[in-house]
Amino acid sequence: MAKVLLLQGNQACAEGAIAAGVTFFAGYPITPSTEIAEIMAKRLPEVGGKFIQMEDEIAGIGAIVGASLTGKKVLTATSGPGFSLKQEFIGYATIAEVPIVIANVQRVGPSTGQPTAPAQGDMMQARWGTHGDHPVIALTPASVPECFTLTIKAYELSEKYRMPVLLMLDEIIGHMREKIEIPDYDTIEKPVRKGPRVGPSEFKAYEPDSDGVPPMADFGTGYRYHVTGLVHDETGFPNGSAAATEKLLKRLHDKVERDIDKITMYEEYKLDDAEIAIVTYGGTARSAYAAIDMAREEGIKVGMFRLISVWPFPEKEIAQLAEKVKVIVVPELNYGQMVGEVKKAAEGKVPVKPMSKYDSEPISPKELLAFVKNL
Amino acid sequence: MAIKTIGKHCKGCGVCVTFCPKQVLGLDALGKITIVDESKCITCKQCEMRCPDYAIFVEKK
Amino acid sequence: MEKLIEKYYRPRLPHIWCPGCGNGIVTSSIIKAIDKLGLDQDKTVIVSGIGCSSRASGYLNFDTVHSLHGRALPVATGIKLADPELNVIVITGDGDGTAIGGNHFIHTARRNINLTVILFNNNIYGMTGGQYSPLTPTDSKATTAPYGTLERAFDIAELAKAAGATYVARGTAFHANMLVDVIAKGISHDGFSLIEAVTQCPIYFGRQNKKGDASTMLKTQRDHAVTVEAAKKLSPEQLEGKFKIGVLHQSEAPEYTKQYQGIIDRAQKGAK
Ligand SMILES: Cc1ncc(C[n+]2csc(CCOP(=O)(O)OP(=O)(O)O)c2C)c(N)n1
Repeated sequence: MAKVLLLQGNQACAEGAIAAGVTFFAGYPITPSTEIAEIMAKRLPEVGGKFIQMEDEIAGIGAIVGASLTGKKVLTATSGPGFSLKQEFIGYATIAEVPIVIANVQRVGPSTGQPTAPAQGDMMQARWGTHGDHPVIALTPASVPECFTLTIKAYELSEKYRMPVLLMLDEIIGHMREKIEIPDYDTIEKPVRKGPRVGPSEFKAYEPDSDGVPPMADFGTGYRYHVTGLVHDETGFPNGSAAATEKLLKRLHDKVERDIDKITMYEEYKLDDAEIAIVTYGGTARSAYAAIDMAREEGIKVGMFRLISVWPFPEKEIAQLAEKVKVIVVPELNYGQMVGEVKKAAEGKVPVKPMSKYDSEPISPKELLAFVKNL
Repeated sequence: MAIKTIGKHCKGCGVCVTFCPKQVLGLDALGKITIVDESKCITCKQCEMRCPDYAIFVEKK
Repeated sequence: MEKLIEKYYRPRLPHIWCPGCGNGIVTSSIIKAIDKLGLDQDKTVIVSGIGCSSRASGYLNFDTVHSLHGRALPVATGIKLADPELNVIVITGDGDGTAIGGNHFIHTARRNINLTVILFNNNIYGMTGGQYSPLTPTDSKATTAPYGTLERAFDIAELAKAAGATYVARGTAFHANMLVDVIAKGISHDGFSLIEAVTQCPIYFGRQNKKGDASTMLKTQRDHAVTVEAAKKLSPEQLEGKFKIGVLHQSEAPEYTKQYQGIIDRAQKGAK
């Protein structure tokens, strides 16, 4: 039976994970993400799953990588300092193609920063935090219901492309309470992992299908394969040649880039006749809806392009937007991060104005309205 | 009794030669394992147990 | 041994280890222990970190993970907790296991999760070419200690015991048969097991410290190791400069994954 509840974003994220079939969580507490761990600690054993609090964030992501290899859907959750610690394993899960989901409920940084205050300062770390060239998928929910649905979506993507997916919440979204209608979990389609279609003797652990993604065998099922963070060929064993290196890195990027249209998600709000476009995401989008409504009442033609998937960045859509409007405003709770991507995609066709706020307070609708009026 | 050596695996560390109690083994000009006098072998298998490279195996007849 | 190689090794030999390196001997001891116990090859997972020793996982015909430097234990913990039916064996080096992975080491021991850890102790960072590790003896030379190391080494067996490991043993590459035995006991033990395998690195530790060739280093292991039984009869003076081999500690404590099953049972009954 579907039910209507009043939930926090963090709660909705945890419930979305349970609904998606997650049976393993490992992590380390950190504000403002801790509720996700606390809820998983209670909920997972109820559904026969496992929760473990590890000794640090590195161990948390390490444990979910291990659990994922046994075929489980897995989650870890963290915030800024912990997100930094997880970076090495994000790279590992990318090159070894282990599906995992990481929720980062962003707070003010750098370092311990402002633990209880919202920020969107990890957007570039989400993109480039781990070393080396790599593809990334990151999603930014802007409401409690979206925390639920995007968490499920994160599993669809991570299982499909065999890679880490980052759920980039912020403190506003994580701690905000909203009404949410939660469907009966049995009615929710559980994302499935593509398993081997051949027996162990013919199986090559990293031989991709035409979609660029190799089928993945669960540990303990007789396929006996090797998982490594070293550059490897389709056998899964290390291969130090230039050809193997290029082939692997290209495939890892291609499997995402070829599907960018399928991965990209965004919302357009009152954009049809807009002369001013606000491009934003996550908690900041909340104020944008209100600011746009107020501006419209004053006859200002403004609309919003809300990024739902931020990485890979929807360059094509932003380029089209730049053809249509006179100016783009990018409000975000940082010193200016995604605005750089918007500028790149707009290619000088229209002015792109950052509205950066980094004083630990959210951007209010009035502030945003004033900014728009002052353009 | 038969001693089997795998030249491809041998890295010539000489551990088998040192620990053979009967001087059955030696290293050849290329520094790889060679059998000097198989008739002296008492199949103690010290060489097989100590070879770090899996390059020598001794079978009892 | 030839049959064991066919069954348990992947056709990827020769291995990458230097001439005379003891890692091949320690690895075959692990395989002999697995064979002796008759573990199901399809239900046995080997997890390693990064280092020369950690390359062992790639040669062995099981589900294997060559993880990150220092992080084998968290990955192994995830595998074991997610699927307790799997036998999970961890291969780590002295730097991997006790420097970068030192925190994971004590906490995994404390949890008493049923993992068997074989720590290849060559007293040095081999893979990166001879820097000192937390198990390098004081005053040793290393590329990062050209004047000798100042730091004291861990006694990793005592550390494991203090952290809550319920099975602790030590063996050497020289005492290869005994090493098989203590590894087999560790795998059979229901809880966190640590086996320190003393192994020689003639190239990066031996040369810098004038320890002789591989054969000489093996003889040094022979001459300095004292079995736990024999050590009981020796005075502290007689034990000076020696180290004990055999089962150093064994105790009973609830095993983590079994305890967690209890949590699931309680949660599903709706109890707190
Ligand atoms: C995070 C990180 N830091 C450093 C390294 C470089 N590194 C690779 S192996 C190694 C030390 C290995 O020493 P040990 O664990 O004792 O294993 P051995 O090679 O001696 O078997 C180091 C420092 C790395 N791979 N990753």
